[in-house]
Amino acid sequence: MDLSAYRDPEIARGLIEAIRAADPGRQVKIMEVCGTHTVSIAKNGLRGVMPDWITLLSGPGCPVCVTANHDIDSAIAIAQLPDVTLTTFGDMMKVPGSYSSLSREKGEGRDVRIVYSPLDALALAEKDPSRQVVFVAVGFETTAPLIAAAILRAQEAGITNFSVFCAHKTVPAALGALVNDPEVQVDAFILPGHVSTIIGMEPYRFLAEEYHVPGVIAGFEPVDMLQAIWMIVEQLKDGRAEIEIAYRRGVEPHGNEHAREMVDRVFEPIDADWRGIGVIPQTGLGIREEFSAYDATTRFDLEIPEPKEIKGCQCGDVLRGIVLPFECRLFGKGCTPEHPIGPCMVSSEGSCAAYYRYTDYGKAEAS
Amino acid sequence: MCLAIPARIVTIEEHRMSSVDIMGVSRKVSLDLVPEAVVGDFVLVHAGFALQVIDEETATETLDLLKTLPFFAEDEGLVAEGA
Repeated sequence: MDLSAYRDPEIARGLIEAIRAADPGRQVKIMEVCGTHTVSIAKNGLRGVMPDWITLLSGPGCPVCVTANHDIDSAIAIAQLPDVTLTTFGDMMKVPGSYSSLSREKGEGRDVRIVYSPLDALALAEKDPSRQVVFVAVGFETTAPLIAAAILRAQEAGITNFSVFCAHKTVPAALGALVNDPEVQVDAFILPGHVSTIIGMEPYRFLAEEYHVPGVIAGFEPVDMLQAIWMIVEQLKDGRAEIEIAYRRGVEPHGNEHAREMVDRVFEPIDADWRGIGVIPQTGLGIREEFSAYDATTRFDLEIPEPKEIKGCQCGDVLRGIVLPFECRLFGKGCTPEHPIGPCMVSSEGSCAAYYRYTDYGKAEAS
Repeated sequence: MCLAIPARIVTIEEHRMSSVDIMGVSRKVSLDLVPEAVVGDFVLVHAGFALQVIDEETATETLDLLKTLPFFAEDEGLVAEGA
């Protein structure tokens, strides 16, 4: 499939002109809530082509970044158990918990492995029944169906040495929490493309209807992002607040119902602790009683130390868009992608890492 | 984290596993989440699973629509400005 048209400078220029022409006559703050959008905006220099009345903010869209210390500490505690092979997506490795990281645990001889898919973790379990293979599941609605599918497959194949530590979160209610936060100022949301591939547009409707905040579901190429921003500013100019889809090739209005059914079968909503935001009711996914054999938190008796926050790190404020990455005292000094202190610098999709890598932060955006 | 890339289904095997082509590279991908997918479809692949069949027609329609923006009528001016 040829995506080059979505990187076409001609189309991008047309959209930039269209955005400029839709000036609503006031300052507007537009927040994206997806790590892949964070990177796309930074990498394609989109902040630099915005008119001065638009501020693009990054919100809590990086699943690794919003994972609370307690959850990272729990994953580390599982890795320290005998006969356990802990598997995870690569982004989680270097994230500091209160006292250690998975990367450090691996260095000290624990069996911690990076996998591309939860199915790879399942294959490891099948191959070596003497090991307890645990998959650390961190992610949003995009990834949740995969975890559900892996658990269902384990059950079907009778694989009993596989379990999941689930720190999954769901996005829409977190956006509601941001809109309700008096410290956060957001006029509109660029909504996450692949989260929406699963959930569709309905779960965001309350943002427009109850709070009069527009949202447009966006793809990830420069033209996709510019199209979404243009649709947002058109709404703001007209005083409308609607949920729209700019990424029609990847998102059906109703999402993927089959994938959602699988998620509902395996998981139930639970309260979740978000770094920087706190506990948001019913935004976590807990493994249902029926599948508790695959729940690492019930399978293992874990002793989790009291969590400790990272001194000086403003990740929590960065995740709410009230502090820009370079406004943190540690940014680029004590905290760099080579020696990250907070999760937003560790994950390649964290706002701090994206700013550090792609922005001339010394001069830019000091508005 | 939520990155997903387009791939074309080449074969479908047992347990709804499939071989897909991602820009010339072959990968095994589960079709568990897309029961409607058939050989030849483009799908969005995320961490070993197809999330969605991509609607190619809609993709083309979106681009055609964007090209009707009034600013494209002044193409020449825009090119000159960029040069």
